Amino acid sequence: MRRKTYVSTQVFGKAGLFRKLRPVLSSLDMELTERCNNNCIHCCINLPSHDALARKRELSTEAVKKILREAVSLGCLSVRFTGGEPLLRGDFQELYLFARKLGLRVLVFTNATLITPGLVALWCRVPPLGDIEVTVYGMKKSSYEAVTRVPGSYEAAWRGIHLLLKNKIHFVVKGAFLPQNKDEMGAFEAWAAANVPQLDGPPAYSLYFDLRCRRDDAAKNRLIKSLRPSPEEGLRVLVRQKDKYVKGMQAFCSKFMRPSGEKLFSCGAGCGGCVDAYGVFQPCMMLRHPDCVYDLKKGNLRDALEGFFPKLRETKAANPEFLRRCARCFLKGLCEQCPAKAWMEYGTLDTPVAYLCGAAHEQARFLGLIGKKEKAWTVNDWQGRIDAFVKKGR
Amino acid sequence: MESQVFLNKVYAPSGDVVAREVAGEFIIVPIASGVGDMEDEIFSLNETGKSIWDKLSPAKSLKDVARELSVEFEGPLAKIEKDCVGLVQELLKRKIVIEKGKK
Ligand code: SF4
Ligand code: SF4
Repeated sequence: MRRKTYVSTQVFGKAGLFRKLRPVLSSLDMELTERCNNNCIHCCINLPSHDALARKRELSTEAVKKILREAVSLGCLSVRFTGGEPLLRGDFQELYLFARKLGLRVLVFTNATLITPGLVALWCRVPPLGDIEVTVYGMKKSSYEAVTRVPGSYEAAWRGIHLLLKNKIHFVVKGAFLPQNKDEMGAFEAWAAANVPQLDGPPAYSLYFDLRCRRDDAAKNRLIKSLRPSPEEGLRVLVRQKDKYVKGMQAFCSKFMRPSGEKLFSCGAGCGGCVDAYGVFQPCMMLRHPDCVYDLKKGNLRDALEGFFPKLRETKAANPEFLRRCARCFLKGLCEQCPAKAWMEYGTLDTPVAYLCGAAHEQARFLGLIGKKEKAWTVNDWQGRIDAFVKKGR
Repeated sequence: MESQVFLNKVYAPSGDVVAREVAGEFIIVPIASGVGDMEDEIFSLNETGKSIWDKLSPAKSLKDVARELSVEFEGPLAKIEKDCVGLVQELLKRKIVIEKGKK
């Protein structure tokens, strides 16, 4: 006879926890600060760590706790602390512990330079239940600091990474594909494979870099544009493991690729969201267009999630170029075009982003989804193209 | 190895976990390390388990808990005692409850 069990075990983050209803909010991003102790050449958000004005405007410890409490009351299970560099905040450990004691899983995005033995001891005693995600900007001091532009950051980051390793803290690494470090991909991946057991394949890379998400620095935007890989180079990075890439795309295409019509939001923006460093609730980590964000100082998460965001998600595109192209283009999904990207590039919500359009077409040509000179929005039998591509893998 | 559970002992939720009700599911989230077998596990209880959990307290023996439930649900005490022991056994081995000593 099978023994009766009263307790079932689930792994955080895996599907299948909710049999009955879905919570109003299942996960939340919190950008604890826009300040960073690095000054990366490609960064879309960072302000200097000593920026007194930014620091003064940041949410107080109590204000962050109030938002976390409300998130938990709405059913939230995970919070991701990001930045800038979240560890720059003097109250990081207090906020971390507070979140964990509320029963939240905590994920952290960090450059690892500020990881201390004290913080690692806390993570050992009270594990995050989610990964610490460390971006590695180079395997050598010269490349690392050519990206971060801060002397000593290389040693600081590797000191932090070694503390994680020594104390067996779960973490993953990711890279940023930049001219300064691109020759080190092999070394980075070999190191990651040998040292980071939580990774189930090669590390992910930031590739098609975003422009400044506050649209605050034209000179920095010029620099970021100069660092971006061309569509051809981007494709070469993606197909380094060709079979895996093609298989992944086959699974992805059949599920997610189709024209989105005139609806602006075909993603999950606004189903959860990201609270910025000053208490403004964005529908996603990147979208900061003033018409799309909700000030939590004048309201609350529930009102944003049940009132403001659902209305926003109904917004339709008006830009004739978007309606002519993106609304009819089946690469939507493969292409990273979205309101946040349009905002960062052009200050609108619905302008097709030329750079992303080029990158998506390059990939689609490689996968055989479109012909050499073909534009994806002119393909009427797009379902037939997807079916043929998916069938090839069977 | 199976944890020994006795009805005359007191079992209470460990301070190293948080119990939450989320969208109709009752879940237990570990706070400190050492709860459960793997680091990213959470636990959910079935209806019976949840009813017993709600009654566990440092002020009551497991027998008291079973007695209260038997009155509340008008069920046979022997079966409810068996459920209480079964649940606490599962929770004890995962360090979700702790034994408070003989009453
Ligand atoms: S470490 Fe991250 S947040 Fe800081 S400057 Fe670099 S990319 Fe930006
Ligand atoms: S590939 Fe071009 S046309 Fe298609 S959705 Fe992207 S930006 Fe729009």
